[in-house]
Amino acid sequence: MSSNAVGKRLFELLVLPMVGVGAVMALWAILSGTVAPTLPGPWKTWEVSKLYVLDPFAKRGELDQGILRFTWYSLVRVAKGYSLALLVGTPLGLLLGMSQSFTKSFDPIIQILRPVSPLAWLPLGLVLFQKPEPAGIFTIAMCSMWPTVLNTALGVRSIPQDYINVARVLQLSRTKRMLKITLPAALPYMFTGFRLSLGIAWLVIVAAEMLTGAPGVGGFLWQEYNSLIYEHLILCIATIGIVGFILDRLMSLIEAKLRVA
Amino acid sequence: MSARALVVLEGVSKGYGTGDQRTEVLRDLDLEIHRGELVAIVGFSGAGKTTLVSLIAGLLAPDAGRITFDGAPVRGPGKERGVVFQSYSLLPWLSVRDNVYLAVDQVFPTWSKAEKLAHTERHIALVNLHAARDKKPAELSGGMRQRVAVARALATEPELLLLDEPLSALDALTRATLQDELARICQVSGKTILLITNDVDEGILLADRIVPLDAGPAAKLGPSVQVDIERPRDRKAINHDPRFKVIRGQVIDYLLSSNQARKQRSRAATTRALTPAPEAVS
Repeated sequence: MSSNAVGKRLFELLVLPMVGVGAVMALWAILSGTVAPTLPGPWKTWEVSKLYVLDPFAKRGELDQGILRFTWYSLVRVAKGYSLALLVGTPLGLLLGMSQSFTKSFDPIIQILRPVSPLAWLPLGLVLFQKPEPAGIFTIAMCSMWPTVLNTALGVRSIPQDYINVARVLQLSRTKRMLKITLPAALPYMFTGFRLSLGIAWLVIVAAEMLTGAPGVGGFLWQEYNSLIYEHLILCIATIGIVGFILDRLMSLIEAKLRVA
Repeated sequence: MSARALVVLEGVSKGYGTGDQRTEVLRDLDLEIHRGELVAIVGFSGAGKTTLVSLIAGLLAPDAGRITFDGAPVRGPGKERGVVFQSYSLLPWLSVRDNVYLAVDQVFPTWSKAEKLAHTERHIALVNLHAARDKKPAELSGGMRQRVAVARALATEPELLLLDEPLSALDALTRATLQDELARICQVSGKTILLITNDVDEGILLADRIVPLDAGPAAKLGPSVQVDIERPRDRKAINHDPRFKVIRGQVIDYLLSSNQARKQRSRAATTRALTPAPEAVS
Protein backbone atom coordinates (compact mmCIF):
# COMPACT_ATOMS: atom_id res chain seq x y z
CA MET A 1 0.00 0.00 0.00
CA SER A 2 1.38 3.44 -0.83
CA SER A 3 1.95 5.96 1.94
CA ASN A 4 -0.75 8.06 0.40
CA ALA A 5 -3.29 5.26 0.76
CA VAL A 6 -2.22 4.64 4.37
CA GLY A 7 -2.70 8.33 5.07
CA LYS A 8 -6.15 8.22 3.52
CA ARG A 9 -7.16 5.19 5.59
CA LEU A 10 -5.84 6.83 8.76
CA PHE A 11 -7.80 9.94 7.92
CA GLU A 12 -11.00 7.95 7.39
CA LEU A 13 -10.61 5.71 10.43
CA LEU A 14 -9.32 8.21 12.99
CA VAL A 15 -9.62 11.82 11.95
CA LEU A 16 -13.19 11.76 10.61
CA PRO A 17 -14.68 10.01 13.67
CA MET A 18 -12.82 12.52 15.86
CA VAL A 19 -14.44 15.30 13.91
CA GLY A 20 -17.84 13.78 14.69
CA VAL A 21 -17.09 13.43 18.41
CA GLY A 22 -15.71 16.98 18.49
CA ALA A 23 -18.81 18.38 16.82
CA VAL A 24 -21.14 16.67 19.31
CA MET A 25 -19.01 17.89 22.25
CA ALA A 26 -19.16 21.43 20.89
CA LEU A 27 -22.93 21.23 20.44
CA TRP A 28 -23.22 19.83 23.97
CA ALA A 29 -21.12 22.69 25.40
CA ILE A 30 -23.08 25.32 23.53
CA LEU A 31 -26.44 23.84 24.58
CA SER A 32 -25.49 23.62 28.24
CA GLY A 33 -24.16 27.18 28.16
CA THR A 34 -27.26 28.64 26.50
CA VAL A 35 -30.72 27.08 26.23
CA ALA A 36 -30.28 24.10 28.59
CA PRO A 37 -28.78 25.41 31.84
CA THR A 38 -29.71 22.20 33.73
CA LEU A 39 -27.45 20.16 31.44
CA PRO A 40 -23.91 19.99 32.83
CA GLY A 41 -21.24 20.93 30.30
CA PRO A 42 -18.47 18.58 29.13
CA TRP A 43 -15.78 19.96 31.44
CA LYS A 44 -17.98 19.92 34.54
CA THR A 45 -19.07 16.38 33.71
CA TRP A 46 -15.45 15.27 33.55
CA GLU A 47 -14.57 17.06 36.83
CA VAL A 48 -17.40 15.41 38.74
CA SER A 49 -16.98 11.98 37.10
CA LYS A 50 -13.26 11.56 37.05
CA LEU A 51 -13.15 9.83 40.45
CA TYR A 52 -15.35 7.08 38.98
CA VAL A 53 -13.43 6.84 35.74
CA LEU A 54 -9.84 7.06 37.00
CA ASP A 55 -10.44 4.51 39.76
CA PRO A 56 -12.90 2.35 37.83
CA PHE A 57 -12.91 -0.68 40.15
CA ALA A 58 -13.12 1.10 43.52
CA LYS A 59 -15.76 0.06 46.03
CA ARG A 60 -16.50 2.84 48.45
CA GLY A 61 -19.97 1.64 49.37
CA GLU A 62 -22.88 -0.36 47.95
CA LEU A 63 -24.03 2.51 45.76
CA ASP A 64 -20.73 4.30 45.35
CA GLN A 65 -18.41 2.24 43.18
CA GLY A 66 -16.13 2.73 40.16
CA ILE A 67 -17.89 2.82 36.81
CA LEU A 68 -16.32 -0.39 35.47
CA ARG A 69 -17.26 -2.22 38.65
CA PHE A 70 -20.87 -1.20 38.06
CA THR A 71 -20.48 -2.18 34.42
CA TRP A 72 -19.25 -5.61 35.50
CA TYR A 73 -22.33 -6.16 37.68
CA SER A 74 -24.53 -5.23 34.76
CA LEU A 75 -22.63 -7.48 32.37
CA VAL A 76 -23.02 -10.46 34.71
CA ARG A 77 -26.75 -9.79 34.94
CA VAL A 78 -27.00 -9.46 31.16
CA ALA A 79 -25.01 -12.67 30.69
CA LYS A 80 -27.50 -14.59 32.83
CA GLY A 81 -30.57 -13.22 31.07
CA TYR A 82 -28.96 -13.56 27.66
CA SER A 83 -27.94 -17.18 28.25
CA LEU A 84 -31.48 -17.96 29.28
CA ALA A 85 -32.74 -16.24 26.12
CA LEU A 86 -30.43 -18.33 23.91
CA LEU A 87 -31.25 -21.53 25.77
CA VAL A 88 -34.97 -21.04 25.18
CA GLY A 89 -34.82 -19.11 21.90
CA THR A 90 -32.56 -21.41 19.87
CA PRO A 91 -34.62 -24.62 20.22
CA LEU A 92 -37.80 -22.60 19.70
CA GLY A 93 -36.32 -21.17 16.50
CA LEU A 94 -35.24 -24.61 15.29
CA LEU A 95 -38.75 -25.96 15.84
CA LEU A 96 -40.27 -23.00 14.01
CA GLY A 97 -37.86 -23.49 11.13
CA MET A 98 -38.48 -27.21 10.79
CA SER A 99 -42.23 -27.47 11.24
CA GLN A 100 -44.83 -25.64 9.20
CA SER A 101 -47.63 -26.44 11.62
CA PHE A 102 -45.54 -25.34 14.60
CA THR A 103 -44.97 -22.03 12.84
CA LYS A 104 -48.65 -21.64 12.04
CA SER A 105 -49.54 -22.33 15.69
CA PHE A 106 -46.98 -20.20 17.44
CA ASP A 107 -45.97 -17.43 15.06
CA PRO A 108 -48.98 -15.21 15.93
CA ILE A 109 -48.31 -15.36 19.67
CA ILE A 110 -44.62 -14.63 19.07
CA GLN A 111 -45.50 -11.62 16.99
CA ILE A 112 -47.71 -10.40 19.83
CA LEU A 113 -45.15 -10.94 22.60
CA ARG A 114 -42.22 -9.55 20.61
CA PRO A 115 -43.04 -5.82 20.83
CA VAL A 116 -43.81 -5.86 24.59
CA SER A 117 -41.59 -3.38 26.45
CA PRO A 118 -39.22 -4.44 29.25
CA LEU A 119 -41.07 -1.98 31.49
CA ALA A 120 -44.14 -4.18 31.06
CA TRP A 121 -42.38 -7.50 31.71
CA LEU A 122 -40.56 -6.43 34.86
CA PRO A 123 -43.58 -6.08 37.18
CA LEU A 124 -44.76 -9.48 35.99
CA GLY A 125 -41.32 -10.87 36.83
CA LEU A 126 -41.53 -9.34 40.30
CA VAL A 127 -44.93 -10.94 40.82
CA LEU A 128 -43.66 -14.31 39.63
CA PHE A 129 -40.34 -14.46 41.49
CA GLN A 130 -40.97 -12.08 44.42
CA LYS A 131 -37.33 -10.97 44.17
CA PRO A 132 -35.76 -8.25 42.02
CA GLU A 133 -32.75 -10.22 40.75
CA PRO A 134 -34.59 -13.09 38.99
CA ALA A 135 -37.25 -10.62 37.85
CA GLY A 136 -34.54 -8.62 36.07
CA ILE A 137 -33.08 -11.71 34.45
CA PHE A 138 -36.55 -12.83 33.39
CA THR A 139 -37.15 -9.44 31.78
CA ILE A 140 -33.86 -9.52 29.88
CA ALA A 141 -34.60 -13.01 28.61
CA MET A 142 -38.18 -12.20 27.57
CA CYS A 143 -37.14 -9.13 25.62
CA SER A 144 -33.94 -10.35 24.03
CA MET A 145 -34.88 -13.82 22.82
CA TRP A 146 -36.98 -12.84 19.79
CA PRO A 147 -34.21 -12.03 17.30
CA THR A 148 -32.62 -15.39 18.14
CA VAL A 149 -35.92 -17.20 17.66
CA LEU A 150 -36.75 -15.53 14.35
CA ASN A 151 -33.29 -15.68 12.82
CA THR A 152 -32.75 -19.31 13.80
CA ALA A 153 -36.06 -20.16 12.17
CA LEU A 154 -35.07 -18.21 9.07
CA GLY A 155 -31.71 -19.98 8.98
CA VAL A 156 -33.34 -23.40 9.07
CA ARG A 157 -35.84 -22.42 6.39
CA SER A 158 -33.08 -21.09 4.13
CA ILE A 159 -31.02 -24.29 4.02
CA PRO A 160 -30.24 -24.89 0.33
CA GLN A 161 -32.13 -27.76 -1.30
CA ASP A 162 -28.72 -29.24 -2.24
CA TYR A 163 -27.86 -30.00 1.37
CA ILE A 164 -31.29 -31.46 2.00
CA ASN A 165 -30.84 -33.69 -1.05
CA VAL A 166 -27.51 -34.89 0.34
CA ALA A 167 -29.20 -35.75 3.63
CA ARG A 168 -31.96 -37.60 1.78
CA VAL A 169 -29.69 -39.55 -0.55
CA LEU A 170 -27.51 -40.60 2.39
CA GLN A 171 -30.65 -41.32 4.43
CA LEU A 172 -29.29 -39.50 7.47
CA SER A 173 -31.17 -40.07 10.71
CA ARG A 174 -33.03 -37.18 12.33
CA THR A 175 -30.32 -36.51 14.89
CA LYS A 176 -27.51 -36.78 12.38
CA ARG A 177 -29.32 -34.53 9.94
CA MET A 178 -29.76 -32.00 12.72
CA LEU A 179 -26.12 -32.08 13.86
CA LYS A 180 -24.42 -32.46 10.49
CA ILE A 181 -26.65 -30.42 8.20
CA THR A 182 -29.30 -28.24 9.86
CA LEU A 183 -27.25 -26.69 12.66
CA PRO A 184 -24.08 -25.89 10.69
CA ALA A 185 -26.09 -24.58 7.74
CA ALA A 186 -28.21 -22.33 9.95
CA LEU A 187 -25.33 -21.18 12.16
CA PRO A 188 -24.53 -17.89 10.38
CA TYR A 189 -28.19 -16.85 10.61
CA MET A 190 -28.33 -17.95 14.23
CA PHE A 191 -25.35 -15.77 15.03
CA THR A 192 -27.01 -12.75 13.50
CA GLY A 193 -29.87 -13.47 15.88
CA PHE A 194 -27.47 -13.88 18.82
CA ARG A 195 -25.86 -10.52 18.04
CA LEU A 196 -29.18 -8.68 17.81
CA SER A 197 -30.36 -10.40 21.00
CA LEU A 198 -27.26 -9.27 22.87
CA GLY A 199 -27.93 -5.69 21.77
CA ILE A 200 -31.45 -5.87 23.16
CA ALA A 201 -30.31 -7.56 26.39
CA TRP A 202 -27.91 -4.67 26.97
CA LEU A 203 -30.66 -2.18 26.16
CA VAL A 204 -32.97 -3.78 28.70
CA ILE A 205 -30.45 -3.84 31.55
CA VAL A 206 -30.89 -0.15 32.32
CA ALA A 207 -34.65 -0.44 32.61
CA ALA A 208 -34.36 -3.58 34.74
CA GLU A 209 -31.84 -2.02 37.12
CA MET A 210 -33.67 1.29 37.33
CA LEU A 211 -36.87 -0.35 38.47
CA THR A 212 -35.26 -2.87 40.84
CA GLY A 213 -32.56 -0.59 42.21
CA ALA A 214 -29.94 -3.30 41.77
CA PRO A 215 -26.29 -2.15 41.70
CA GLY A 216 -25.07 -1.73 38.12
CA VAL A 217 -24.79 0.98 35.49
CA GLY A 218 -28.55 1.39 35.25
CA GLY A 219 -29.05 1.35 39.01
CA PHE A 220 -26.28 3.91 39.43
CA LEU A 221 -27.85 6.12 36.79
CA TRP A 222 -31.22 6.13 38.55
CA GLN A 223 -29.69 6.69 41.97
CA GLU A 224 -27.61 9.66 40.77
CA TYR A 225 -30.71 11.12 39.15
CA ASN A 226 -32.44 10.97 42.51
CA SER A 227 -29.37 12.50 44.15
CA LEU A 228 -29.40 15.34 41.61
CA ILE A 229 -25.85 14.55 40.37
CA TYR A 230 -26.65 15.02 36.70
CA GLU A 231 -23.04 14.78 35.54
CA HIS A 232 -23.18 11.08 36.38
CA LEU A 233 -26.19 10.57 34.14
CA ILE A 234 -24.01 11.54 31.22
CA LEU A 235 -21.19 9.34 32.48
CA CYS A 236 -23.61 6.39 32.63
CA ILE A 237 -25.06 7.09 29.20
CA ALA A 238 -21.59 7.25 27.69
CA THR A 239 -20.57 4.01 29.44
CA ILE A 240 -23.71 2.15 28.32
CA GLY A 241 -23.15 3.31 24.76
CA ILE A 242 -19.49 2.36 24.64
CA VAL A 243 -20.02 -1.06 26.22
CA GLY A 244 -22.92 -1.77 23.85
CA PHE A 245 -20.76 -0.79 20.91
CA ILE A 246 -17.91 -3.07 22.03
CA LEU A 247 -20.28 -6.01 22.55
CA ASP A 248 -21.72 -5.54 19.08
CA ARG A 249 -18.25 -5.36 17.50
CA LEU A 250 -17.16 -8.55 19.26
CA MET A 251 -20.23 -10.41 18.05
CA SER A 252 -19.73 -9.09 14.51
CA LEU A 253 -16.20 -10.47 14.52
CA ILE A 254 -17.41 -13.95 15.44
CA GLU A 255 -20.21 -13.66 12.90
CA ALA A 256 -17.80 -12.70 10.11
CA LYS A 257 -15.63 -15.72 10.98
CA LEU A 258 -18.64 -18.03 10.68
CA ARG A 259 -19.67 -16.58 7.35
CA VAL A 260 -16.29 -17.35 5.83
CA ALA A 261 -16.27 -20.91 7.14
CA MET B 1 -27.03 -58.95 -21.77
CA SER B 2 -28.62 -60.25 -18.58
CA ALA B 3 -32.24 -61.21 -18.61
CA ARG B 4 -33.41 -58.54 -16.22
CA ALA B 5 -32.31 -54.92 -16.36
CA LEU B 6 -31.09 -53.27 -13.15
CA VAL B 7 -33.19 -50.16 -13.66
CA VAL B 8 -36.47 -50.14 -15.54
CA LEU B 9 -38.62 -47.10 -16.31
CA GLU B 10 -42.04 -47.81 -17.75
CA GLY B 11 -44.27 -45.00 -19.03
CA VAL B 12 -42.83 -42.52 -16.55
CA SER B 13 -44.25 -38.98 -16.61
CA LYS B 14 -43.54 -36.09 -14.32
CA GLY B 15 -44.76 -32.50 -14.20
CA TYR B 16 -44.82 -29.58 -11.83
CA GLY B 17 -47.71 -27.39 -10.71
CA THR B 18 -51.43 -28.08 -10.90
CA GLY B 19 -54.34 -27.14 -13.12
CA ASP B 20 -53.65 -24.50 -15.78
CA GLN B 21 -50.23 -23.79 -14.27
CA ARG B 22 -49.11 -27.35 -14.79
CA THR B 23 -46.22 -28.08 -17.13
CA GLU B 24 -45.29 -31.59 -17.98
CA VAL B 25 -41.54 -32.03 -17.92
CA LEU B 26 -41.15 -35.67 -18.88
CA ARG B 27 -43.74 -37.67 -20.83
CA ASP B 28 -44.05 -41.40 -21.07
CA LEU B 29 -40.40 -42.42 -20.70
CA ASP B 30 -39.28 -46.01 -21.16
CA LEU B 31 -35.70 -46.89 -20.29
CA GLU B 32 -33.73 -49.95 -19.27
CA ILE B 33 -30.28 -49.86 -17.77
CA HIS B 34 -28.44 -53.15 -17.51
CA ARG B 35 -25.93 -54.17 -14.89
CA GLY B 36 -22.41 -52.89 -15.65
CA GLU B 37 -23.64 -50.62 -18.41
CA LEU B 38 -22.76 -46.95 -18.74
CA VAL B 39 -25.72 -45.15 -20.29
CA ALA B 40 -25.52 -41.48 -21.23
CA ILE B 41 -28.67 -39.37 -21.52
CA VAL B 42 -27.88 -36.46 -23.81
CA GLY B 43 -30.26 -33.55 -24.05
CA PHE B 44 -30.80 -29.82 -24.19
CA SER B 45 -30.46 -27.66 -21.11
CA GLY B 46 -33.76 -27.42 -19.32
CA ALA B 47 -35.14 -30.57 -20.95
CA GLY B 48 -35.76 -32.22 -17.58
CA LYS B 49 -32.56 -34.20 -17.19
CA THR B 50 -32.22 -33.34 -13.51
CA THR B 51 -35.84 -34.34 -12.97
CA LEU B 52 -35.07 -37.72 -14.51
CA VAL B 53 -32.12 -38.21 -12.13
CA SER B 54 -34.24 -37.15 -9.15
CA LEU B 55 -36.89 -39.70 -10.14
CA ILE B 56 -34.44 -42.59 -10.35
CA ALA B 57 -32.69 -41.40 -7.16
CA GLY B 58 -36.08 -41.48 -5.43
CA LEU B 59 -35.99 -37.78 -4.51
CA LEU B 60 -39.14 -37.28 -6.59
CA ALA B 61 -42.01 -39.63 -7.29
CA PRO B 62 -43.35 -40.02 -10.85
CA ASP B 63 -46.90 -38.82 -11.62
CA ALA B 64 -47.48 -41.79 -13.86
CA GLY B 65 -45.65 -44.99 -14.74
CA ARG B 66 -43.28 -47.02 -12.62
CA ILE B 67 -39.59 -47.19 -11.82
CA THR B 68 -38.04 -50.38 -10.54
CA PHE B 69 -34.55 -51.03 -9.26
CA ASP B 70 -33.42 -54.65 -9.32
CA GLY B 71 -37.06 -55.66 -9.62
CA ALA B 72 -38.32 -53.66 -6.64
CA PRO B 73 -40.24 -50.40 -7.08
CA VAL B 74 -38.32 -47.24 -6.15
CA ARG B 75 -40.07 -45.61 -3.18
CA GLY B 76 -37.41 -43.16 -1.96
CA PRO B 77 -33.67 -42.61 -1.86
CA GLY B 78 -31.51 -45.59 -1.04
CA LYS B 79 -27.85 -46.30 -0.57
CA GLU B 80 -27.76 -48.67 -3.54
CA ARG B 81 -28.22 -45.58 -5.74
CA GLY B 82 -25.50 -42.95 -5.38
CA VAL B 83 -25.91 -39.47 -6.84
CA VAL B 84 -23.38 -36.86 -7.97
CA PHE B 85 -25.29 -33.60 -8.18
CA GLN B 86 -24.73 -30.93 -10.80
CA SER B 87 -23.97 -28.36 -8.10
CA TYR B 88 -21.52 -30.66 -6.23
CA SER B 89 -23.59 -30.30 -3.02
CA LEU B 90 -20.60 -30.52 -0.72
CA LEU B 91 -21.12 -29.36 2.83
CA PRO B 92 -18.98 -26.21 3.09
CA TRP B 93 -18.31 -26.54 6.81
CA LEU B 94 -16.69 -29.97 6.41
CA SER B 95 -13.24 -30.74 5.00
CA VAL B 96 -12.85 -32.94 1.93
CA ARG B 97 -12.20 -35.93 4.16
CA ASP B 98 -15.17 -35.21 6.43
CA ASN B 99 -17.50 -34.77 3.47
CA VAL B 100 -16.60 -38.24 2.23
CA TYR B 101 -16.44 -39.69 5.74
CA LEU B 102 -19.99 -38.54 6.51
CA ALA B 103 -21.24 -40.71 3.66
CA VAL B 104 -19.01 -43.69 4.53
CA ASP B 105 -20.03 -43.51 8.18
CA GLN B 106 -23.67 -43.54 7.15
CA VAL B 107 -23.49 -46.43 4.70
CA PHE B 108 -21.16 -48.74 6.64
CA PRO B 109 -22.24 -48.28 10.26
CA THR B 110 -20.83 -51.63 11.38
CA TRP B 111 -17.26 -50.92 10.31
CA SER B 112 -14.63 -49.79 12.82
CA LYS B 113 -13.52 -46.18 12.75
CA ALA B 114 -10.14 -47.18 11.29
CA GLU B 115 -11.81 -49.13 8.47
CA LYS B 116 -14.09 -46.22 7.66
CA LEU B 117 -11.17 -43.80 7.63
CA ALA B 118 -9.10 -46.06 5.40
CA HIS B 119 -12.02 -46.48 3.01
CA THR B 120 -12.45 -42.69 2.93
CA GLU B 121 -8.75 -42.11 2.22
CA ARG B 122 -8.78 -44.71 -0.54
CA HIS B 123 -11.57 -42.95 -2.40
CA ILE B 124 -10.01 -39.53 -1.97
CA ALA B 125 -6.83 -40.98 -3.48
CA LEU B 126 -8.87 -42.51 -6.31
CA VAL B 127 -9.87 -39.02 -7.48
CA ASN B 128 -6.32 -37.68 -6.93
CA LEU B 129 -7.21 -35.37 -4.07
CA HIS B 130 -4.97 -36.83 -1.40
CA ALA B 131 -3.04 -33.58 -0.98
CA ALA B 132 -6.20 -31.53 -0.50
CA ARG B 133 -7.96 -33.85 1.94
CA ASP B 134 -7.91 -31.37 4.84
CA LYS B 135 -9.14 -28.43 2.78
CA LYS B 136 -12.65 -26.99 2.88
CA PRO B 137 -14.68 -26.97 -0.36
CA ALA B 138 -14.38 -23.18 -0.60
CA GLU B 139 -10.60 -23.55 -0.96
CA LEU B 140 -10.95 -25.89 -3.94
CA SER B 141 -11.46 -25.21 -7.63
CA GLY B 142 -14.67 -26.30 -9.33
CA GLY B 143 -12.99 -29.37 -10.80
CA MET B 144 -11.64 -30.43 -7.44
CA ARG B 145 -15.02 -29.99 -5.79
CA GLN B 146 -16.62 -32.17 -8.41
CA ARG B 147 -14.01 -34.86 -7.78
CA VAL B 148 -14.87 -34.76 -4.07
CA ALA B 149 -18.51 -35.25 -4.99
CA VAL B 150 -17.55 -38.22 -7.19
CA ALA B 151 -15.41 -39.68 -4.39
CA ARG B 152 -18.26 -39.28 -1.93
CA ALA B 153 -20.68 -41.09 -4.22
CA LEU B 154 -18.22 -43.88 -5.08
CA ALA B 155 -17.26 -44.39 -1.43
CA THR B 156 -20.80 -45.47 -0.60
CA GLU B 157 -20.30 -48.30 -3.11
CA PRO B 158 -23.67 -47.93 -4.78
CA GLU B 159 -24.87 -50.47 -7.34
CA LEU B 160 -25.94 -47.61 -9.57
CA LEU B 161 -24.19 -44.28 -9.88
CA LEU B 162 -26.26 -41.34 -11.11
CA LEU B 163 -24.14 -38.51 -12.52
CA ASP B 164 -26.20 -35.37 -13.11
CA GLU B 165 -24.22 -33.21 -15.54
CA PRO B 166 -21.20 -33.66 -13.33
CA LEU B 167 -18.87 -31.64 -15.54
CA SER B 168 -21.14 -28.99 -17.02
CA ALA B 169 -20.06 -26.21 -14.65
CA LEU B 170 -16.38 -26.58 -15.51
CA ASP B 171 -14.18 -24.84 -18.06
CA ALA B 172 -13.30 -26.79 -21.20
CA LEU B 173 -9.79 -27.84 -20.13
CA THR B 174 -10.75 -29.02 -16.66
CA ARG B 175 -13.70 -30.72 -18.23
CA ALA B 176 -11.51 -32.71 -20.61
CA THR B 177 -9.18 -33.75 -17.79
CA LEU B 178 -12.06 -34.87 -15.62
CA GLN B 179 -13.68 -36.73 -18.50
CA ASP B 180 -10.53 -38.81 -18.86
CA GLU B 181 -10.43 -39.33 -15.14
CA LEU B 182 -14.09 -40.29 -15.05
CA ALA B 183 -13.48 -42.76 -17.90
CA ARG B 184 -10.66 -44.33 -15.88
CA ILE B 185 -12.74 -44.48 -12.69
CA CYS B 186 -15.71 -45.97 -14.53
CA GLN B 187 -13.54 -48.68 -16.00
CA VAL B 188 -11.85 -49.44 -12.68
CA SER B 189 -15.09 -49.59 -10.72
CA GLY B 190 -17.07 -51.45 -13.36
CA LYS B 191 -20.23 -49.93 -11.95
CA THR B 192 -23.57 -49.37 -13.56
CA ILE B 193 -23.67 -45.69 -14.35
CA LEU B 194 -26.25 -43.29 -15.69
CA LEU B 195 -24.54 -40.18 -16.99
CA ILE B 196 -26.61 -37.10 -17.74
CA THR B 197 -24.94 -34.60 -20.03
CA ASN B 198 -25.57 -31.86 -22.57
CA ASP B 199 -22.39 -32.75 -24.45
CA VAL B 200 -22.70 -35.41 -27.15
CA ASP B 201 -18.91 -35.88 -27.38
CA GLU B 202 -18.72 -36.48 -23.65
CA GLY B 203 -21.40 -39.12 -24.02
CA ILE B 204 -19.55 -40.87 -26.83
CA LEU B 205 -16.25 -40.75 -24.95
CA LEU B 206 -17.66 -42.32 -21.81
CA ALA B 207 -20.80 -44.32 -22.57
CA ASP B 208 -21.70 -47.76 -23.87
CA ARG B 209 -25.01 -46.42 -25.08
CA ILE B 210 -26.44 -42.97 -25.68
CA VAL B 211 -30.10 -42.13 -25.28
CA PRO B 212 -31.14 -38.69 -26.53
CA LEU B 213 -33.72 -36.73 -24.54
CA ASP B 214 -35.53 -34.24 -26.75
CA ALA B 215 -36.32 -30.67 -25.77
CA GLY B 216 -38.95 -30.05 -23.09
CA PRO B 217 -41.63 -29.45 -22.06
CA ALA B 218 -43.00 -32.98 -22.10
CA ALA B 219 -39.62 -34.34 -23.17
CA LYS B 220 -39.35 -37.85 -24.54
CA LEU B 221 -36.46 -40.25 -24.89
CA GLY B 222 -35.29 -41.00 -28.41
CA PRO B 223 -33.98 -44.28 -29.81
CA SER B 224 -30.77 -45.40 -28.10
CA VAL B 225 -27.51 -45.46 -30.03
CA GLN B 226 -24.86 -48.07 -29.16
CA VAL B 227 -21.30 -46.77 -28.87
CA ASP B 228 -19.28 -49.68 -30.26
CA ILE B 229 -15.87 -48.12 -29.85
CA GLU B 230 -13.31 -50.13 -27.90
CA ARG B 231 -11.82 -48.78 -24.67
CA PRO B 232 -9.77 -47.04 -23.57
CA ARG B 233 -10.96 -44.34 -25.91
CA ASP B 234 -8.50 -41.65 -26.79
CA ARG B 235 -10.09 -38.24 -27.13
CA LYS B 236 -7.82 -37.20 -30.00
CA ALA B 237 -7.99 -40.42 -31.97
CA ILE B 238 -11.72 -40.74 -31.48
CA ASN B 239 -12.36 -37.51 -33.35
CA HIS B 240 -11.16 -39.14 -36.57
CA ASP B 241 -12.91 -42.44 -36.03
CA PRO B 242 -15.68 -42.82 -38.65
CA ARG B 243 -17.88 -44.59 -36.06
CA PHE B 244 -17.63 -41.51 -33.86
CA LYS B 245 -18.94 -39.32 -36.68
CA VAL B 246 -21.82 -41.66 -37.39
CA ILE B 247 -22.92 -41.83 -33.74
CA ARG B 248 -22.50 -38.10 -33.26
CA GLY B 249 -24.55 -37.46 -36.40
CA GLN B 250 -27.34 -39.80 -35.31
CA VAL B 251 -27.70 -38.25 -31.87
CA ILE B 252 -27.48 -34.65 -33.04
CA ASP B 253 -29.84 -35.21 -35.95
CA TYR B 254 -32.40 -36.71 -33.62
CA LEU B 255 -32.11 -33.88 -31.10
CA LEU B 256 -32.25 -31.11 -33.70
CA SER B 257 -35.12 -32.60 -35.67
CA SER B 258 -37.14 -33.16 -32.50
CA ASN B 259 -36.51 -29.57 -31.51
CA GLN B 260 -37.45 -28.35 -35.00
CA ALA B 261 -40.69 -30.28 -34.97
CA ARG B 262 -41.53 -28.91 -31.57
CA LYS B 263 -40.88 -25.34 -32.67
CA GLN B 264 -43.06 -25.77 -35.75
CA ARG B 265 -45.86 -27.17 -33.66
CA SER B 266 -45.70 -24.33 -31.20
CA ARG B 267 -45.44 -21.77 -34.01
CA ALA B 268 -48.56 -23.22 -35.61
CA ALA B 269 -50.34 -23.03 -32.27
CA THR B 270 -49.28 -19.41 -31.75
CA THR B 271 -50.35 -18.42 -35.26
CA ARG B 272 -53.76 -19.94 -34.69
CA ALA B 273 -54.12 -18.11 -31.43
CA LEU B 274 -53.01 -14.78 -32.91
CA THR B 275 -55.17 -14.92 -36.04
CA PRO B 276 -58.38 -13.14 -35.14
CA ALA B 277 -61.69 -14.60 -36.11
CA PRO B 278 -62.97 -12.92 -39.34
CA GLU B 279 -65.95 -11.20 -37.75
CA ALA B 280 -63.66 -9.44 -35.28
CA VAL B 281 -61.78 -7.69 -38.08
CA SER B 282 -63.32 -4.49 -39.33
